[in-house]
Amino acid sequence: MLWLQVFVNGLAVGGLYACIAVGFSLVWGVLSVINILHGSLIVLGGYLAFFAHQQWGINPLLFAPVAGAVLFVLGAGVQGLVINHVMARPFLITLLLTFGLNLFLDNSMLALFSADYRKVLLDPPLGVFDLGAIVVPADRIYATVIGLILIGLLALLLRTTQLGRAIIAVRMDRDAAALLGIDVRRTYAIAFGLGAFMAGCAGALLSVIFPISPVASAGYLGKAFVICVLGGLGSIPGAVLGGFALGIIESFGALFLGPEHAMTLAFLLLILLLAVRPSGLLGKRGFA
Amino acid sequence: MTLRLVLIAAATVLAIFGLAQADAYVIRLATIFGMYATLALSWNIIGGFAGYPSFATAAFFGLGAYITAVGQNAGLPLPVAVALSGAVAALFAGLLGTAILHLRGRYFAIASLVVAEVLRELTNSWTDVTGGGMGINLPLIDGSVIGQAQFYLVAMLSLAAIALAATIWLDRSRLGMALRCIAQNEDAAQIIGVDTRKAKTFGFMLSSLFVGFVGGVYASWVTYIDPTDVYDGALSIKPILMALLGGVGTIFGPLLGAFTYLALEELLWRNLLEFHAGILGLMVVLLVLFLPGGLSEIRGRGLFHLLTRRRQPS
Amino acid sequence: MRPLLEITGVTKRFRGLVALDNINLALAPGEIVGLIGPNGAGKTTLVNVITGVHKADEGDITFSGRSIKRERPDRIARLGIARTFQVVQPFPAMTVLENVTAAALFAGGAASIAEARDAAAHHLEFCGLADQAGKPASALTLAGRKRLELAKSLALRPKLLMLDEVNAGLNPAEIDNALELIASIANRGITIFLIEHLMKVVTRTAQRVIVLHHGRLIADGPVAQVLSDETVVEAYLGRRFAERMAGAGI
Repeated sequence: MLWLQVFVNGLAVGGLYACIAVGFSLVWGVLSVINILHGSLIVLGGYLAFFAHQQWGINPLLFAPVAGAVLFVLGAGVQGLVINHVMARPFLITLLLTFGLNLFLDNSMLALFSADYRKVLLDPPLGVFDLGAIVVPADRIYATVIGLILIGLLALLLRTTQLGRAIIAVRMDRDAAALLGIDVRRTYAIAFGLGAFMAGCAGALLSVIFPISPVASAGYLGKAFVICVLGGLGSIPGAVLGGFALGIIESFGALFLGPEHAMTLAFLLLILLLAVRPSGLLGKRGFA
Repeated sequence: MTLRLVLIAAATVLAIFGLAQADAYVIRLATIFGMYATLALSWNIIGGFAGYPSFATAAFFGLGAYITAVGQNAGLPLPVAVALSGAVAALFAGLLGTAILHLRGRYFAIASLVVAEVLRELTNSWTDVTGGGMGINLPLIDGSVIGQAQFYLVAMLSLAAIALAATIWLDRSRLGMALRCIAQNEDAAQIIGVDTRKAKTFGFMLSSLFVGFVGGVYASWVTYIDPTDVYDGALSIKPILMALLGGVGTIFGPLLGAFTYLALEELLWRNLLEFHAGILGLMVVLLVLFLPGGLSEIRGRGLFHLLTRRRQPS
Repeated sequence: MRPLLEITGVTKRFRGLVALDNINLALAPGEIVGLIGPNGAGKTTLVNVITGVHKADEGDITFSGRSIKRERPDRIARLGIARTFQVVQPFPAMTVLENVTAAALFAGGAASIAEARDAAAHHLEFCGLADQAGKPASALTLAGRKRLELAKSLALRPKLLMLDEVNAGLNPAEIDNALELIASIANRGITIFLIEHLMKVVTRTAQRVIVLHHGRLIADGPVAQVLSDETVVEAYLGRRFAERMAGAGI
């Protein structure tokens, strides 16, 4: 029964974890950029939700799309104004660039909000779902469900809209897409913006469960790495599968090795998996 | 040729001991320069010559620092402890290399990025040996304050000189040629008979050897280390910036880059301690945006590419 | 005489698609053999399987009497199999001389870089590139880069040289030059496996022709015999052409 509980604990954060990773995965897949900024964007989304709750009493779970929208504008702006200038250069350059932006954003948040951990305290608290043998915190279930819904909407956007098709076309062949009349730079900006949107949503959802601090950004980035490598980098189904896989692995890792080793275990898994199967558990898949 | 090398070596030794007579501030800066130069030269071996941009420098640095710290606390003399640091770092690189050097591009980058995280967490939790998050103290070396400063200056600059000598050797060696072939076209390198796995692993090990040494000397120099300090991700990034500044894949580029970077750091940071990481971030952004070059042009193209251009073979 | 290269029952699949289907062939020392077949017939896959870039799913490959089926590409190169690429693969930032020097150093058995450089200069001379030695490889014309590929391959001191579409993209005069060069390489006793889809090139140079079609070996024999084989003509030029040829009594 303990094992079932641990398993369900893992499942309960799976959708949320998928939400953390899917934006990173999108940027990786479409722009070929390793977005080191991703963790900071998640934290920023968390702060937006925290302050919205503090100032106006808005529930962060409902605020998630708004936080996402703000981050979309920020992300599209950063891509359009800065990163687009070096898209033709090797990935090392774009990686360094997002690393620099990450240092700047982290330090700015540190200066503005301090390193103190903030926590959203919902009143009344969401409580737990009591299923008899096992209990599940309601906040995690809500966050995971909303996360999955948002991912579903993203997938729908990519599959059914003209914008989504443009993004997929650019992902598959940038030059051919340009020949078809697609504005590649604009598409990059939108794709990066969508990645930031998902990061913002994830941050807002996280804020009801985990404390927020600028120093947490590297941890979220690390989770995004692991999730994407587990599921296969650059695919939405991969991010979802990886999110649940990491949730369950962390849950059991915490049980057997102690919670402080859960992340180490995940990182070791990442290296091991890259060593034997770099294309992830699902193999290579696109966004189509 | 040999005479020229001897002269250069002699001049280097004289310069190091000359610098040791300067005041404490200059000595400190020069020591940091030695450390940065060694890190940049080391990264250049795997990132520049072989074209495998490693983000694992912090991992080898922290590993070296902790080996020396733990070794000294167990009674090893400093030189032995530092030598062990280098050896363990190189050995670890050899093992790690067999696991991740078959990955290319972004996959290699991500795999190398998380190595420092893993080591940091392991160090954090292995409290019995490492002191965990509380950090660990190292014994002070004998001598006056200025005498100690001079000792670390000579140690760091000597490491930089050795790393430079290794780079010059590499440039003319079979291994160096193999790494350069790999950087330009790995499949073609295999087809002309380069044992790419062996070459990459040796390159990675050589690169980490010096990083391990530097980590060990650093730990002894600052006499107290903790996991966040010595596994700091910035330690992985700074050497790359220096190499980019001076010229990736060149011999003297990383030296010039380290010098320039240190000068910028000193100028910009001294009064901005609160926001120094943010400033570093801005610096990275500006450097990346304004450094010249495209895909193949990264190689050899630093701010000083005229000075560091590789000579044509005669 | 014992064959230099012997391929027995080699099959290679890519995700269910059979790229090579039970291939059997042998090359004798000193032979010039052509390998032809329409695009997608599996020619380049066969080269990749021989050079160790892909591993055969079934069957065996022996070279000079030893199995090389499980060897890595670099090891196979050092054993004496060289290949050129359909799309030329120089080290773009190195000079022409450095490119060939590297080849002479790693698989050519040179004891030092200086020795490798001497050997490289010799091979460049042979391939008519001596005056381009100091140029970066990326500055060569396409014909020049093809010659560089040849010089690199020769610097490996191969027993077997596989030329994958060396003539693709060249004009007729350049093709004539290249064929002359190939003939003089063959005169050195190097076995040549000439992969082409241009029939003319093969008929002029090879003594024997092997035909691949849809991953299967459909003919293997002297040039004249294979070219009059109906299945070959049909596979190669289409059914209608074969009928016309039969009708014309050719």
